[in-house]
Amino acid sequence: MTEPVLEIRNLNVEYGLGDQAVRAVRDVNLTLHRGEVLGLAGESGSGKSTLAYGMTRLLAPPGVISGGQVIYHPEQGDPYDVLELSDAGLRRFRWAETAIVFQGAMNSLNPVHKISTQLTDVLEAHEPRMSESSRLARAREMLKLVGIAPDRMDAYPHQLSGGMRQRVMIGMALILQPQVVIMDEPTTALDVVMQRQILGQLIELRERLGFSVIFITHDLSLLVEFSNRIAIMYGGRIVEEAPAASIYRDALHPYSQGLLGSFPALRGPRRELSGIPGSPPDLKGMPAGCSFHPRCPKAFDPCGANIPVLGRPATPDGGARSVACWLHPTAEPVG
Amino acid sequence: MTIPTSSIEQVIPVQGSMAQPESGRPAKAKRQRFRFLSNRKATAGLIILAVYLLLAVIGPWIAPFDPGARGDDLMQPPSGEHWMGTTHLGQDVWSQLLVGTRSVIMVGFVAGIVATTLSVIIGVTSGYAGGRTDEALSVLTNVFLVIPALPLIIIVTSILENAGEWVVALVIGFTSWSWNARVLRAQTLSLRRRDYVEAARATGERSRRIILFELLPNLTAVIASGFVGTVIFAVLSEITLAFIGITSSNTWNWGTILFWAQGQQALARSAWWWFVPAGLAIAILGTALSLINFAIDEFVSPRLRSAGKTKIKTSSGRTVRMRIGFTPVLSNSPEPITRASPIPLIDPNGATPVVRKEATS
Repeated sequence: MTEPVLEIRNLNVEYGLGDQAVRAVRDVNLTLHRGEVLGLAGESGSGKSTLAYGMTRLLAPPGVISGGQVIYHPEQGDPYDVLELSDAGLRRFRWAETAIVFQGAMNSLNPVHKISTQLTDVLEAHEPRMSESSRLARAREMLKLVGIAPDRMDAYPHQLSGGMRQRVMIGMALILQPQVVIMDEPTTALDVVMQRQILGQLIELRERLGFSVIFITHDLSLLVEFSNRIAIMYGGRIVEEAPAASIYRDALHPYSQGLLGSFPALRGPRRELSGIPGSPPDLKGMPAGCSFHPRCPKAFDPCGANIPVLGRPATPDGGARSVACWLHPTAEPVG
Repeated sequence: MTIPTSSIEQVIPVQGSMAQPESGRPAKAKRQRFRFLSNRKATAGLIILAVYLLLAVIGPWIAPFDPGARGDDLMQPPSGEHWMGTTHLGQDVWSQLLVGTRSVIMVGFVAGIVATTLSVIIGVTSGYAGGRTDEALSVLTNVFLVIPALPLIIIVTSILENAGEWVVALVIGFTSWSWNARVLRAQTLSLRRRDYVEAARATGERSRRIILFELLPNLTAVIASGFVGTVIFAVLSEITLAFIGITSSNTWNWGTILFWAQGQQALARSAWWWFVPAGLAIAILGTALSLINFAIDEFVSPRLRSAGKTKIKTSSGRTVRMRIGFTPVLSNSPEPITRASPIPLIDPNGATPVVRKEATS
């Protein structure tokens, strides 16, 4: 495997302080490799957005990071812990090293400024020595990259469609050529055709520019198609992490199987669609043992008593994947 | 790959089986019946205001002296007998203050209520109705906006014989509603375009219900701040009127005290006890009303509600304020906080954990 670009080690994120705190992300270990698309899936409230905002320190109060490390490996130079950066360091780090495309990002465009102004704004802040004309050239180039005609530079946001605005946002995120791009359900508000188009473009851009992507969504079918690896979250923990194809073909964790069982395949034999019964766990009173066991159709004795660790399963492709489930006990924990 | 389907009822756990928390369940937030009072600003403001209201009611009865009665101790500093000293005529300042509270509070609140009611009716109607009604009411508001209240009050009170507190209160109330009405109109204009108001209209709710249930709760903060502002304005106006000697000097209020203090050059004669208590009383009343205003703002707007502690000590030893974009890091040790169970788990009866056979395709 290639070298890592972002390593999350035992990240814990809480909302609130003291005994009122609710832990939304629990001991998450995750490694993003250079140039890969890592999908982060899970149902609402599983902590995927909190994880993404926690590792970039973008959580709104009362969110706090209660433990862990986020090691960033820059292209040149030594790796450093993002959680230790000073406020000024964090400001420099953002956008230039990691960029985020938020949920419903297309509404983040200011309606009274032209697209060009908003695109060059970030260049002005991060690269003050750049000349006006080269800034505009870069912005035009970015628009072309995301598939918008450069003559739209002088358009106002309301003159663009939702998909175009979303692409402008993606272009804006990429304008400083960050190493890591975090996308939090960037296409949720768009129709499937537009989703596909934008994601296709994103993959193409990634191949050309070589950044890594953390892609957060609850749409597992989308991830299976576009990502290299998929991490499934449940109740604030990562319960399974594997190459996309492995997840799709034989998911090991019953929760992943439940997620996969909830959308139909286009080809192949007809099978019964089954959702996951029950509802997400209450983060204030997590069930003992594996947090999924009250809803798990395959729960057995150890599930209610002990928390399974993420480890390599004893399957043929076990070296490249990990799962936290008592069905696949492991001698070699990860992280 | 097939997944055993199971009925939902079967798997939804009973609350009891789920209620084994990983670590002690956080103490449940105390349910508070008087949530508004749990706000410290509200408590402080309301206590001070309650003291003023109490004094307004019982002040004239508990006053140790007749505020107008002359005594033998002229210009005495505070003493055991005269808690706040005496005036040049030997009148007791403390008694004057106590007796004067009722008039100040009465004028303030009557004017505040009149002005707020008018501004809500006119402002919200004009914002919600639009069209001709809006224009007519806006013209009316603008006319009242440019009427200088204080000169008008001076004229009215000088025309009316024996203009009492009620006249002063009503004149202040009827002249000071316009600014709030404008603010409310603007806010209503913005609110009535919101999706939830449009939705209410689309489902056929009556205008009255939309205004009362959809719009007014959103306007509470504006209305409350308008009320508090008007009360403070009315109090100051009444005191100003008394201070410049417009209102009859046989009723006592704080302004009357200041009027006499000024007339007798209390400052030059360093008789601080004559004017400081009245000035402080005004300042503290204003503070109390402002505190209540802040508290109402926080109470009606959940976003402003301070979520308990906001300062926090980070791992680097600094104490920072929690704010978006710079999430505090409490600890960055790479050790896991909740340790997962050791692996592999050997059953006491010697059996290793069995990988249950599952149907894989």
